[in-house]
Amino acid sequence: MALLEIKDLTLRFGGLCAVNELSLEIEEGSIRSLIGPNGAGKTCVFNCLTGYYKPSAGEMLFQGQSLVRKKPHLITYMGMARTFQNLRLFKEMTVLENVMSGMHCRTNAAFLTTVLRTKGQQIEEKLIRDVAEECLEFVGIPDKKNYIAKNLPYGDQRRVEWARALATQPKLLLLDEPAAGLNSDEKAQLISLMHRIRNERGITIFLIEHDMGLVMKISEKIFVIDYGVKIAEGTVQEVRDNPKVVEAYLGKEEEETA
Amino acid sequence: MAETKKKAKLTNPFEHVIEYLYRFFDNKTYRYITIAVVVTLLVIFPNTSSRFTQEIMTNLFYFIVVCLGLNIIVGYAGLLHLGYAAFFAVGAYTTGILSAGYGMNFWLTLPFSILAAVIAGLAIGAPTLRLRGDYLAIVTLGFGEITRLTIRNLDITGGAVGLIGIQRPVLFGITLNQISHFYYMFFILAILAIFISYRLHDSRMGRAWEYIREDEDAAAAMGINVVTSRLYAFVIGSAFGAIAGSFFAAKMTAISPDSFMFIHSVMILLAVVLGGMGKIPGVVLGAIFVTLFPEISREIGPYRLLIFGALLLIIMLYRPQGIWPDRPAISSKE
Repeated sequence: MALLEIKDLTLRFGGLCAVNELSLEIEEGSIRSLIGPNGAGKTCVFNCLTGYYKPSAGEMLFQGQSLVRKKPHLITYMGMARTFQNLRLFKEMTVLENVMSGMHCRTNAAFLTTVLRTKGQQIEEKLIRDVAEECLEFVGIPDKKNYIAKNLPYGDQRRVEWARALATQPKLLLLDEPAAGLNSDEKAQLISLMHRIRNERGITIFLIEHDMGLVMKISEKIFVIDYGVKIAEGTVQEVRDNPKVVEAYLGKEEEETA
Repeated sequence: MAETKKKAKLTNPFEHVIEYLYRFFDNKTYRYITIAVVVTLLVIFPNTSSRFTQEIMTNLFYFIVVCLGLNIIVGYAGLLHLGYAAFFAVGAYTTGILSAGYGMNFWLTLPFSILAAVIAGLAIGAPTLRLRGDYLAIVTLGFGEITRLTIRNLDITGGAVGLIGIQRPVLFGITLNQISHFYYMFFILAILAIFISYRLHDSRMGRAWEYIREDEDAAAAMGINVVTSRLYAFVIGSAFGAIAGSFFAAKMTAISPDSFMFIHSVMILLAVVLGGMGKIPGVVLGAIFVTLFPEISREIGPYRLLIFGALLLIIMLYRPQGIWPDRPAISSKE
C-alpha cells in the first residue's frame, strides 16, 4: 500500500477549479515531485493535504487513514510535516526555540507538571532540546542555535525550516519550493540533504519545485499538473519527452511556427 | 543619515546600563541575593509602617496577582480580554455565597471558586477562541457587563447591596482580621503568581503560546492545537482572577457589584500593556505604577488624575512596547 494516496481530489473556489480530479500515489521511501507552470494548483494540493484548505471532493489517505476534514495540527501529529513556500519562521524567537516547536506534538507536559516542574517534565524538556539540537546538527547549522531567527541569512533560515519540520518526526515531508531563493551552491547542498533525509532517516519526500534542474536531479518520479489536472507522470525521461508537458510549459508547436 | 546617527548616540547610554543590568542578573548568586533582599524588606515592612501604607501595599499585591493573571491571557496568548473583572467577580461571589450564605470555611470555598472560573472561562472561551482577536474583545466586554448586571439583579448575590458577613479565613488557629495578616497573605499570593508565571513562560506550554502569537499557521503546521492552547491560557488566567477575587472577598467581608466595574478591567489591562505585555517584571512594574502613582501623588490635589492620564499617554507614545526594556539587540541571546 502506498504511504499517501490521493483519489479524485477536487478543490473549487467558487467557479474556479484549482484542482480537478487529481489522483496520485506516493510509495514509502521515495522522492516524488509535483511540477507544473505557475498557477497550476501545486500549492493548493499541499494545502489540501495539510488541512489548510478543505477539498470540495475526493479522498486523501495517509497510511490508510483519511486526511479529509482533519485539522493541520492533527495531520502533523499523524506524521506529515511541511515547509512553506514563503518562509514562516517564528522570527523573533531563537533558532533553537523555532526547532523545538516541532517536538510539541510528540510531548505532553501540561499545567500541573509544568508548575511543579516534575521529574518527568524536566526529562521531557531535555528531550525536546536534544532532539532540536540534533535536527540542527543534521541540517548543518548547530552553531547558530542561539541566534534570533530573523537575523540569519536566507539560506540558513531555510535550513531552520527543514530542521523544524524534521523535529516533528514525520514519515512524509512536504517541501513547498525548497530551492526558491537559494544559490547554486546551496541548491547542491539541498540535494544532498534531501538524499540524507530519505536514506538516513527513511522519510519519504514529496516536493513542489520550479527549478527543473533540481527536480530532474532528485526525483525518481514526477507528476505534472496544469490547470489543476494531472497531465503526465513518470520518470524524468518519460516526463521530458511527453508532448503534453512540453506544451504546458512552452505552448503548442503549431502556434510557435504559425 | 545624520539623524539616525544622532538617535543611536542618544539611546546608547541607556542601552549600556540595561545591558549591564541584564548581565548582572544573569549571575545566579547576584540574582538570588537581590531577590532575598527585596523579600526581606517586604517581610519586615509592616512592622515599620502605618496601617494606611500597609493597606496600599496589600492592594498592590492583589493588583499584581490579577495583572499577572490577565498577562497570561493577553501577554502570553495574545488574546485581547476586556472583561477580566468578571472573573474575579466569579471568584469573589463564589466565596461570598458559600461563606456568607452557607457558612462554609473560606479555604474550602477556593476549589469551588477555581471550578466556577474554569467553567466560566470554558463557556466564554470555547465558542470564541476560534474567531479572530477582535471578536473575543467584544465578547469578553459583553461578558463582563452581563456578569455585573446579573449579580446586581439576582437574589442569591444580594442584588445591588451585595453580600455581607463573609467569614474571615482562619489559619493555624489565628483568625486573619488584621491588615498585616492580609498584607502577608497577598504577598504570598503575589509571589506564587510570579513563580507560576515564570514556570509557565519557560515551558512547552509557554513556548506554544509564543509560537501561536508569532505565526498561527506555522504553529499549526508544527502540530500545535491552536484552539486548545488558547483555551488553556484563557482558563488559567481566569482561575488566577478567581483566586484573587476569593481573597478579596475574605479581606473585605463585604462585596457589591460596584467592585467589578468595566473600569477595573481597563485598569488591569492598562497596567499589563503599560509595563510590557508578556514580560513578568514589566507587568509587576506596570501594576506598581498604576496602584502607587495615584496614592503618592495625593498631595498634588485635584489635578492628580489629569497628570496620571497625561503620563500614561506620554509613556504609550514613546514606549508602545511597555516600560520594561528588552535586552539590547546587539548581543541578544548570543
